[in-house]
Amino acid sequence: MNELLRLLENDARLSPEALALMLDKEVGDIKKMIEDAESQGIILGYQTKIDWDKTNREYVSAMIELKITPQRDRGYEYIAQKIYNYPEVESLYLMSGGFDLAVMIKGKTMREVAFFVAEKLATIEDVIATSTHFVLRKYKDNNVIYGAVPVDERGHEF
Amino acid sequence: MLDYSKILSDSVQDIKPSGIRKFFDLLNERKDVIGLTVGQPDFVTPWHIRVAAIESLEKGKTYYTSNSGTLELREAISDYMSRRYSVQYDPKSEIIVTVGGSEAIDITMRALINPGDEVIVVQPAFVCYGPLASICGGTPVYINTKEENKFKLTADELRGAITPKTKLLVLPYPNNPTGAIMTREDLEPIAEVLRETDIMVLSDEIYCELTYGREHVTIASLPGMRERTIIASGFSKTYAMTGWRLGYTLAPAEVTRQMLKIHQYGIMCAPTASQFAAVEAMRNGDEDVNMMRAEYNRRRRYIVGGLQGMGIDCFVPEGAFYVYPNISKFGMSSEEFCQRLLDEMGVAIVPGTAFGECCEGYARISYAYSVEHIAKALDRIEKFISTLK
Repeated sequence: MNELLRLLENDARLSPEALALMLDKEVGDIKKMIEDAESQGIILGYQTKIDWDKTNREYVSAMIELKITPQRDRGYEYIAQKIYNYPEVESLYLMSGGFDLAVMIKGKTMREVAFFVAEKLATIEDVIATSTHFVLRKYKDNNVIYGAVPVDERGHEF
Repeated sequence: MLDYSKILSDSVQDIKPSGIRKFFDLLNERKDVIGLTVGQPDFVTPWHIRVAAIESLEKGKTYYTSNSGTLELREAISDYMSRRYSVQYDPKSEIIVTVGGSEAIDITMRALINPGDEVIVVQPAFVCYGPLASICGGTPVYINTKEENKFKLTADELRGAITPKTKLLVLPYPNNPTGAIMTREDLEPIAEVLRETDIMVLSDEIYCELTYGREHVTIASLPGMRERTIIASGFSKTYAMTGWRLGYTLAPAEVTRQMLKIHQYGIMCAPTASQFAAVEAMRNGDEDVNMMRAEYNRRRRYIVGGLQGMGIDCFVPEGAFYVYPNISKFGMSSEEFCQRLLDEMGVAIVPGTAFGECCEGYARISYAYSVEHIAKALDRIEKFISTLK
């Protein structure tokens, strides 16, 4: 199962027929495994990796560190869901170390991001501090290196 | 005007240039081709291995090493062979680090062959053995293995090829281009034939880590065979290090001593930075090898299944990263088949005859490519096949 998941994580477009050959299984079994993984929430979706820097889209990304004082009757979950429900929030992690929540957000401009932090995040009652880091360049994300398209330069020896 | 034919070495001039060269020249001119021709890994050398070489350069380790390679690397090779294949070689007297497996093959031939000696070459195989034997004044004697024997060498075939002049048997397994392997049970009858003779074995084990389902067995590990065997191997295929040009020989001390003279005068030593990388590869590269092997194995199953699914007869390879389909039923020479596939569908595969006349009716397809790339090629091959029916 994990081998199947790793293959799909790397290339969601692999067909059940191709996966069956690669993993030496029946096509029906592969389909069943994928359906099971989907229904159990192991596979949560299929997305495309896009290098937006190569498009004309104007955007900025930022990571915001949040320090939190969770209230006794509500833990991190409550604050987390208050934050992740904003569509601007791309990722949200509870972290060990010097801060509590890492929020990855994308906005059209730095100004928009700054306002989001000031008006939406900093105002949440349990948030005691924020620290905003703008992304200058994405080198690698989810195992994909961004930038030049690889060219096959291998020699034709045989 | 000089008549170079009278000047140049006869034994070199007698080597026929590969007739297939024009096919490859054509290939290099075209940019739109989906190639499945390459005989080297598509992986990049794992980063920690590259770092070891970079650090050696940063520290200024830009000198020659000892002729036979750094002792550290020879010890790493010795440990590796013991750990993986249960054979013991003394790092000080039985191992030479060479410029790729190719040099390992070359110095073995030159250390062993006297003019007139016969060298049994098992075919299909990589193309270098016959010509290198000829340059030494040896006579290649070819054994063409058969598909019905899974392209393995049989004891009968071997016995039939042995004459009083036989000096050396070249045993190229896991095999390029067929993907055949020789198991312990396959090797035992071969060893039995050889034990009664003084014939030496050059076991080219460059693909030893790329077997699927069964571990590679070296003939040197069979009783009585270590003293008759020279293992030629290297880092290129195992660790995706083709460009580093690094291989090695494992042979009894007396043989190694002679080979080392040739290496010493002809080469001096293998590239130093590559040797530092290789130590890192052998000590900490097992996970990389496992990852690459697993990926090749998935591609192998995918491509064999794909070809068989479209009605192409295809021997199931158990090693290396090639499939070797039988295309004889399409009623064309393998060169014509490959030329038309290239012209009509823009897919390049290697005609069997690139490996010699014995490979007529076959083609070699490499799966050292991503599944996505292979899938595109298979689609087009299927279209091509359908136009032939």
